[in-house]
Amino acid sequence: MSLLWPHSVFIQRAIGTIWASLALISLVVLAACSASQKFNAIDITGADYAREFTGQDPAGKSRTLAEFRGTIVLLFFGFTQCPDVCPTALTRAAEVKKQLGSDGDQLQVIFVTVDPERDSAVVLKAYTQAFDPTFLGLSTDVENTGATADAFHIFFRKVPTGASYTMDHSAITYAYDTTGKLRLAVKHDLTADLLSADVRTLLAQRTSTH
Amino acid sequence: MNTTFFKFIITSAAFLAPLSAMYAQVSVNEPWVRATVPQQKATGAFMNLTATSSSRLVSAKSSVASIVEIHEMVMEGNLMKMRAIPGIEIPAGQTLSLKPGSYHVMLIDLKQQIKDGDTVPITLVFEGLDKKQQTLEIKAPARPLNSMPANTEHKH
Repeated sequence: MSLLWPHSVFIQRAIGTIWASLALISLVVLAACSASQKFNAIDITGADYAREFTGQDPAGKSRTLAEFRGTIVLLFFGFTQCPDVCPTALTRAAEVKKQLGSDGDQLQVIFVTVDPERDSAVVLKAYTQAFDPTFLGLSTDVENTGATADAFHIFFRKVPTGASYTMDHSAITYAYDTTGKLRLAVKHDLTADLLSADVRTLLAQRTSTH
Repeated sequence: MNTTFFKFIITSAAFLAPLSAMYAQVSVNEPWVRATVPQQKATGAFMNLTATSSSRLVSAKSSVASIVEIHEMVMEGNLMKMRAIPGIEIPAGQTLSLKPGSYHVMLIDLKQQIKDGDTVPITLVFEGLDKKQQTLEIKAPARPLNSMPANTEHKH
């Protein structure tokens, strides 16, 4: 019950490195296979991971990715005590939604907490909605958070820092098209303008195929 | 002769010591704290630090938080890491920015919600090369949760 599980620090680090390597290799391979697409983010169309997600919304209702078909989904993992990367990613997502103008309602942003111990439903809801009232915060229990993160090639780790603990975590946003297929891995430093352009491209593809 | 010269050195050193302390002044500009939502227990404070001679931010405290730490955020590839660090070096004459994406003062175990527009008192302790400490009391305004570094640096 300690903050970190000391006996498994080494194993966690090793697993983390392996995951990070696998994720990188798969991103590179997938990017090379689909070079014909013009996206600013990394095109991972055809990826065999991060396909389905089930979590609880702040009202305690079970939610799945599948229910958002018909909209573009931007999904990422974070925690509310993160003073830096998480608000930046959520602010970017809010800016993208704003830039989409009347198409903004065709974008669903989902924030999954990697720190369900501290991110209660109340905090998660208030936090995500401070950026945009439509943003959805989801959580799973601690055990499932690990399994979910693995299935999404997201690495996270609880690390004691000073008197408290923090979460190291992957700062990747995933973008799903309107058919629910995983299409893009968006790095933390991609600007809102470039991400908006990608979301528009995904929306346009829907229009052209229907 | 030697003794006189030695005395002169001692006297000069004694005279210069307070001057060097004065030279080690650190100034703080544009401090701000990221606002929180109710029940959120931690947030970050950001600011620009300038020192007339090399100094180090060694500790901080605030009445709004039980624990205050100096943190560094680093990206290792796509992995975000945040760590408590013992201090931050401020090179002489340069401005060191505590900003999203690098350093921040972490306010942990908040005693209250920090609302947009609130003023957060923070005590900063700096140390010069001579190990003398300087304490600065600052008042950092709270900015909205969705404040970005761009908002703070490009106010056109």
